[in-house]
Amino acid sequence: MSLLKAENVSFSYDKRIKVVKNVSLAVEEGESVAIIGHNGSGKSTLAKLFNALICPDQGKITVDGFCSDDKKSLFEIRKRVGVVFQNPDNQLVASIVEDDVAFGPENLGVKREEIGQRIDFALAAVGMEKFRYSSPTRLSGGQKQRIAIAGVLALMPKILVLDESTAMLDPKGRKEVLAVAEKLNKEHNVTVINITHYMDEVVRADKVYVVNDGEIVLSGTPNEIFKEKDLLKTCGLELPLAAIVADKLIECGVNLPQGILTEEQLAEELCALKRKI
Amino acid sequence: MKDVAFGQYYPAESFVHKMDARVKILAVIAYMVAVFLVKSVPYQFLGFAACLLFVMIATAVAKVPFLRVLKSIKAILFFVVLSAVLQLFFNTSGTLVFEWKFIKIYNGGLLNAAFIIARITLIVLGASILTLTTSPVEIADGIESLLYPLKWIKFPVHEFALIMSIALRFIPTLLDETDRIIKAQKARGADFESGNIFKRAKALIPVLIPLLISSFRRADELADAMDARCYSGSKCRTKYKKMKLTWRDLIGTLVIGGLITGVVLLNNSGLLAVVI
Repeated sequence: MSLLKAENVSFSYDKRIKVVKNVSLAVEEGESVAIIGHNGSGKSTLAKLFNALICPDQGKITVDGFCSDDKKSLFEIRKRVGVVFQNPDNQLVASIVEDDVAFGPENLGVKREEIGQRIDFALAAVGMEKFRYSSPTRLSGGQKQRIAIAGVLALMPKILVLDESTAMLDPKGRKEVLAVAEKLNKEHNVTVINITHYMDEVVRADKVYVVNDGEIVLSGTPNEIFKEKDLLKTCGLELPLAAIVADKLIECGVNLPQGILTEEQLAEELCALKRKI
Repeated sequence: MKDVAFGQYYPAESFVHKMDARVKILAVIAYMVAVFLVKSVPYQFLGFAACLLFVMIATAVAKVPFLRVLKSIKAILFFVVLSAVLQLFFNTSGTLVFEWKFIKIYNGGLLNAAFIIARITLIVLGASILTLTTSPVEIADGIESLLYPLKWIKFPVHEFALIMSIALRFIPTLLDETDRIIKAQKARGADFESGNIFKRAKALIPVLIPLLISSFRRADELADAMDARCYSGSKCRTKYKKMKLTWRDLIGTLVIGGLITGVVLLNNSGLLAVVI
């Protein structure tokens, strides 16, 4: 059974315009999934649906066997699906890092000693142990976002949803956050759903969903997705820079293989080509 | 600008810093009571001297420069002067000591003015020792813990404490935002520096409105983030931080108790006369 399953989910905020239309998807345990779409495509609404912050008008969402229709299971779902939002400043509750990470487990009524252990674990997982007693206001954007991830991890979720969590960060902060998410996925078997509009964040995902106007228009592995260049363009999305460069080079007659996505791949292929010459 | 959030907190490793916030808050209240207990006749200034001595010892033990404590008076200087002046001009008890045109000053007024200056100044000095040695977060935690008994009359203690701590948490964020908006408006040609006080106040409107709107947006997002982390109010919630009383708190309590006793003894002029 899938860990998270959405079946024909529709949602509208004002009962007129549907922000999410008939979305069905399934996320397996341990997967790294990317959901990509341009601004206003309804992808952030999906994050709130996954976390049962809002409930679908039609269809249903099941997380680890708990259905979002049942009001009693809301907290079971929220416990299992941790969401990190876009603005790091607006999701930290306390003035001291340690207190902020403790907020989630406190809400669940976890015992004191265990909260301490969870803080140790969560801060170590995001590499922020040194800042345990600092004030978040003195940290950089990337560091704040890592604290936000730690705050969610302290709930021991099975799924980590990043809802455009890198959109407000500088390149360094983005790298930090993505590295933490990847580490959690690989080392702690946390299922990661990265909702983003940056194409280059999609490259490392196991599975990609492309969202446009509240609908899933495309799904598959990154390589399959990037083949559909025209469809991506109509969705307002652009290929990663490395892929664009590779395409242009192929157009100009350079003998490169298809399906180059990352800068590393491109560099390797070009070096191989140079060696042949 | 960011340091506003930390109030006047003066970080140091000292006896007073390590005391429990709850005890410090109660001690300050007790100290204020002591200051108010000092009677105006006839040995008042001895009582005040005892309070001043206490403040100076506390400052020394807290390893806070005395100047920092004195600086706290600056904020209420206007208030102090105003009440003293009112006493000077409108108190007509005692004998006339000075007269010029319509201004008449009586010695009762003089005495009362001095009394009020001493009382307010001492209270502020004492209170500033609390804020200098205790971070706002600790004070908020202390207040929460002290208000705990109010739960019996259904006062939402936990919610109240959460509001306080979130407010503290967002002060620096909102200050940053204000700074950014001011710069953005300046870049659009807004003028905050010239004109009289009304013009300048009016110039602030284009700063305040965006600030207000963005605060609402922040509040909305924060609410979502708190919901996402399973927040559901105070029921079945645990608390990670626990405050512990130590021997320091006992000593602090004893010292404050001593001060109050001393003031009461000094008030009792008969007793004092015997001693002298």
